[in-house]
Amino acid sequence: MSFNNLDMLYRQVIMDHYKNPRNRGVIEDGVTVDLNNPTCGDSLRLQLQVEDGIVKDAKFEGEGCSISLASASMMTQIVKGKSVDEALQLADIFSQMVQGKDYDTETFDLGDIEALSGVSKFPARIKCATLAWKALEKGVDEEA
Amino acid sequence: MIDASIRNQFPILHQEVNGHPLVYLDSAASSQKPLAVIEAIEEYYKHNHSNVHRGVHTLGTQATDAYEGARERVRAFINATVAEEIIFTRGTTTALNLVASSYGDANVGEGDEIVLTPMEHHANLIPWQQLAKRKGATLRYVELTPDGRVTLEAVEAVLSDRTKIVAMSHVSNVLGTINPIQEIAKLAHEKGAVMVVDAAQSAPHRKLDVQALDCDFLAFSGHKMLGPTGIGVLYGKKALLKQMEPVEFGGEMIDYVDLHESTWKDIPYRFEAGTPIIAGAVGLAAAIDFLEDLGLENVEAHERALASYAIEQMKTIEGIEIYGPEERVGLVTFNLGDVHAHDLATVLDMQGIAVRAGHHCAQPLMRLLKQSSTARASFYLYNTKEEVDRFIEGLRQTKEYFNYEF
Repeated sequence: MSFNNLDMLYRQVIMDHYKNPRNRGVIEDGVTVDLNNPTCGDSLRLQLQVEDGIVKDAKFEGEGCSISLASASMMTQIVKGKSVDEALQLADIFSQMVQGKDYDTETFDLGDIEALSGVSKFPARIKCATLAWKALEKGVDEEA
Repeated sequence: MIDASIRNQFPILHQEVNGHPLVYLDSAASSQKPLAVIEAIEEYYKHNHSNVHRGVHTLGTQATDAYEGARERVRAFINATVAEEIIFTRGTTTALNLVASSYGDANVGEGDEIVLTPMEHHANLIPWQQLAKRKGATLRYVELTPDGRVTLEAVEAVLSDRTKIVAMSHVSNVLGTINPIQEIAKLAHEKGAVMVVDAAQSAPHRKLDVQALDCDFLAFSGHKMLGPTGIGVLYGKKALLKQMEPVEFGGEMIDYVDLHESTWKDIPYRFEAGTPIIAGAVGLAAAIDFLEDLGLENVEAHERALASYAIEQMKTIEGIEIYGPEERVGLVTFNLGDVHAHDLATVLDMQGIAVRAGHHCAQPLMRLLKQSSTARASFYLYNTKEEVDRFIEGLRQTKEYFNYEF
């Protein structure tokens, strides 16, 4: 049986983030955002430490499918050290990418997160991929 | 077993999904529709449609006959005493909310108790939670056996003189458990409580007899039993319905309207404000005809045979965990090793196999099972043994895929 499309979705790099998540844990005095995906039961806690408009640290905990947890791992990895504005720009780019729209590949080195571009072929899974980014948007909003 | 030629009646089943013939194993969420139902709705709109209960003209009479004919059809289907005991609603959810808002608000007070089980669908849980909050009442939960059954002893343990309502699913949408409603209704009545039954998962699959069950209210949805979406049924005992206030107000449900006061029609109309779901009722009646022509005992036997075969085959796959009791209806809820149910459902979908994944609108039960998510394959009269084989092969492929990837 051929699983070509699936390989787009579950690329090695995604499975690596799922199995070995980066930045899993808690930040003692950070902003905390709890988000659920009510249609499927995924739950995510994102904690952010923002100082002088810079995301100093980002950590997450939660339960979910490979796509939602890998996305959280990748998101925390890429936003660390970025300004709040840059983080929000990245959230926008990510959203465009997983919806299969044209997205900006110039401004940032997208690194691992581009591995999730295959999600656009699986409409039912887009919400899994964007959960962590929605938490980020909410978190920096609360911080501001 | 029901002959596979029945599939010719279901046009939607004859399609490819992701390059494979569709295997639809999600009928517990919503069933597919036979031509007889689709055509009954089409016929109604082509020849008989008008508003009901008001026009003096001929089409008004035809539409009214079709709508009231459907009510009588439902009455006979569940063996209610009279057609006035049948209220058409948007679905099970609306029906249960109606009971909680109308009967509940009038009969439950501070310190009273409502008995539920942890296996309830959110539709038979949240209306009671909200009622309890409004009235200062308490929810009491029947403890399930480790394999997910409700025993009479466990029900008795939570019943008290303060119990006003016992609300329970007839069949669990996750575990497939069949609850002994008749016996539980008896216990509820001994305490002076009413018995409310969520029959969303039983009406499509087994013969219902509300007089034998002796339940006070019973709710189900059309779309899970070959009928269209947007139509459901609330059955209520006549004596109870007659004392209940409407929860929606407007056209169709009034007797006399003045500038400052109005009075209501008799049952069932006082609970059907606005233009009713006429075409939906017509479709539901056609669905009932279809099910009864096949024989519900044959439908149930067919699904159970498929589920038993599926479970037997699934047990040969290492890492499969199945939830629910031995004795169950035609559905199987499970997990495959540490593959998340969503990932599993996506990989099955790529092989054309549709299963449900998630919490199945039963979050408290998921917590009891200590699972954030599970997959569910549910079987209906149009599924075949060959489809079960495809499903089993799909599970094996999924396992292989993730083992390779991990």
